[in-house]
Amino acid sequence: MNIETVKTTETATENTVRISGSEAIIKCLIAEGVETLYGYPGGAIMPVYDELYKYRDQIHHVLTRHEQGAAHAAQGYARISGKVGVAMATSGPGATNLITGIADAQIDSTPLVCVTGQVASHLLGSDAFQETDIVGISTPVTKWNVQITKAADIPEVMAKAFYIAKSGRPGPVLVDITKDAQFEEFDFSYKKCTSVRSYKASCVPSSVSIQKAADLINSAKKPMIVWGQGVILGKAEAELKAVIEKAGIPSAWTILGASAIPTEHPLNIGMVGMHGNYAPNMLTNECDVLIAIGMRFDDRVTGSLSTYAKQAKVIHFEIDPAEIDKNVKTDVAVLGDSKLSLAGLLPLLNETTHATWHQKFKDLYAIEFEKIIKDDLHPTKEGLTMGEVINQINLQTNGDAAIVSDVGQHQMIACRYAKFNKSKSNITSGGLGTMGFALPAAIGAKMAAPDRDVVAIIGDGGFQMNIQELGTIFQQKVPVKIVVLNNEFLGMVRQWQQLFFDKRYASTEMTNPNFVAIAKGYYIDAKKVTKREELADAVAEMMACEGAYFLEVCVEKEDNVFPMIPTGASVSEIRLS
Amino acid sequence: MEDTINTYTISIYTENNIGLLNRISAIFQRRHINVESLNTSISEIEGVSRFTIVVNLTEERMKKIIGQIEKQVEVIKAYYHTDEETIYQESCMFKLRSDLLFEEREIQNIIKESNARIVTVNKEFFVLEKSGKRNEIEQLYREFSAYGIMQFVRSGRIAVTKQEMKISQMLVAFN
Ligand SMILES: Cc1ncc(C[n+]2csc(CCOP(=O)(O)OP(=O)(O)O)c2C)c(N)n1
Ligand SMILES: [Mg+2]
Repeated sequence: MNIETVKTTETATENTVRISGSEAIIKCLIAEGVETLYGYPGGAIMPVYDELYKYRDQIHHVLTRHEQGAAHAAQGYARISGKVGVAMATSGPGATNLITGIADAQIDSTPLVCVTGQVASHLLGSDAFQETDIVGISTPVTKWNVQITKAADIPEVMAKAFYIAKSGRPGPVLVDITKDAQFEEFDFSYKKCTSVRSYKASCVPSSVSIQKAADLINSAKKPMIVWGQGVILGKAEAELKAVIEKAGIPSAWTILGASAIPTEHPLNIGMVGMHGNYAPNMLTNECDVLIAIGMRFDDRVTGSLSTYAKQAKVIHFEIDPAEIDKNVKTDVAVLGDSKLSLAGLLPLLNETTHATWHQKFKDLYAIEFEKIIKDDLHPTKEGLTMGEVINQINLQTNGDAAIVSDVGQHQMIACRYAKFNKSKSNITSGGLGTMGFALPAAIGAKMAAPDRDVVAIIGDGGFQMNIQELGTIFQQKVPVKIVVLNNEFLGMVRQWQQLFFDKRYASTEMTNPNFVAIAKGYYIDAKKVTKREELADAVAEMMACEGAYFLEVCVEKEDNVFPMIPTGASVSEIRLS
Repeated sequence: MEDTINTYTISIYTENNIGLLNRISAIFQRRHINVESLNTSISEIEGVSRFTIVVNLTEERMKKIIGQIEKQVEVIKAYYHTDEETIYQESCMFKLRSDLLFEEREIQNIIKESNARIVTVNKEFFVLEKSGKRNEIEQLYREFSAYGIMQFVRSGRIAVTKQEMKISQMLVAFN
């Protein structure tokens, strides 16, 4: 370790003490303010678990039932709190089981520190029992990773890990620690990392580019904002709201940007992307200035790039320089933290309303409402719809709940229809689309925000991908509300088979177990709803329940999610049926 | 032209880190970009390593790759340059039969004209070293081929830029 490449706080948090590497790891976590971590023990990490036992009144380790569950729980924790989530696992299979969660955190910019045990350093490279090259394996899916073989390196590396995970564009960091380094004793003192010379977390937005952005926005007749998670990660919700209101700009969000501005805000025009709202998708190809804030023009958002917003001047507010011009060429790029950039922009904007332009969004919304939303939320057919379940939850939580959704049709329906009053309320796997995310993520979210209602919306398929975490919920008494929308299908895949593969339902129909019995087997209150008349009462019972609650709702088997932009089509080719 | 493919020399200044080569090569591998040559060495700054990578890409693609490289935590700074903007060389070695040196008159001439250097000579073989541009090395290769080459090896490109790369100032600014 090259001392002069890293800057730390001047004074150590405490005086030097002689301790083991494993105790040092715990002390580092405590010094970084970690109160809860998620993990699973095993041979190569046992010394650290031994210290966790000693420090159990200062730091709470949650035993999940699978390391993937630990990684997702740490993600849920991070996403709702804005703090770094911490996951821990043993070497070999323990470490590889974390990988899906790490990859998810990487693509969704979630700050994680994952600590893995490793075989003793003299065994490295010998194919020892439970040795895997986890640094090699995790390299493409981590923001940074490192292996420690000497206890003395622990404080500096851990400080750097936390700094890198949470600064700039956040992401996952993996720290692999050999067993001998865990046992080794050394003189410990801890200083937080404040900068790393080869790493620029973010830059101060240039006033020149902010002025250019303001000029473009002020001259626009038909401006439109698309904001993403960068607003939430940058804690720039208030600044965004002020900008939107002052300049009167219709504003849409990506799936990960959801909830940064309340759903009911008059200038909130809904979601963009494959299953987003009709108006913002259509009018992306009509606006004259497109203002992208903390989003990365994912292909699920843009559809075909060659026909995406070609008529518009594009302004991109972004913290990560590598995102500028990556997918969409910008006319003005404002690099830096969204909070600073938007605060700088606000005073330069003219007060306007763009009423005629805004009316266009309302007109298209009316079409979408007539053709789709009405039947989704207030169906007249017999079978239950996913939309009416979400609507019922909205009514009974008044939009104050945090919604943790899994991946599939129910996710798109949840993101489309959930009502959000507060930021950090939509926790879902966006970039990776990881089935199995929601149940463990809900555990982390509820533990990080015990005062909030946390409702997990999960498909019958995804529920069975990390169903074992019911055990964690039971043991830890985590009062999460679990809603499984059971269509007896891998619904989203079935929808594609119906639309693009002539209804050849290859391996998408599922014969499901008795979910209620399974939940009850874990001593979780549970109920199954098959009729519309039962729905409101069941949701009420769920929300009133003190502890965890499992609600299965049997919904129409072959409903589809619309609108939809078929892959490769343009945003303005969005289909209503 | 937006889509003309050029040869670019990438210079990356980095912290000395074991895993970094993996991270950097993964950037090219993921995008199916062929690395023409790769060289790592120390740099003019103590403790700072330097990667020299040669690729054939459009400039637009090149810029995006530089963005991805600079995004790596341990990368201090990355630059790309055209051949005109750099002074560059490759180095190669030929192992040839010693009898050629004494019996083939032409061999002596080739060595003299190419400015190749004899590294060692013994009874069985002699070793030649030549530094220069790719075409000079290829020319030499063709000429020796006629006589039979026992072994041949060529290094990756190394290059310095005509313009200054402001690394030292950046590092001073950190301290
Ligand atoms: C780990 C993983 N495997 C496969 C997929 C592909 N996939 C996307 S949606 C989906 C179906 C999900 O089914 P279900 O959980 O029942 O939700 P539904 O679409 O029916 O609401 C599948 C298989 C995925 N996203 N993640
Ligand atoms: Mg399903």
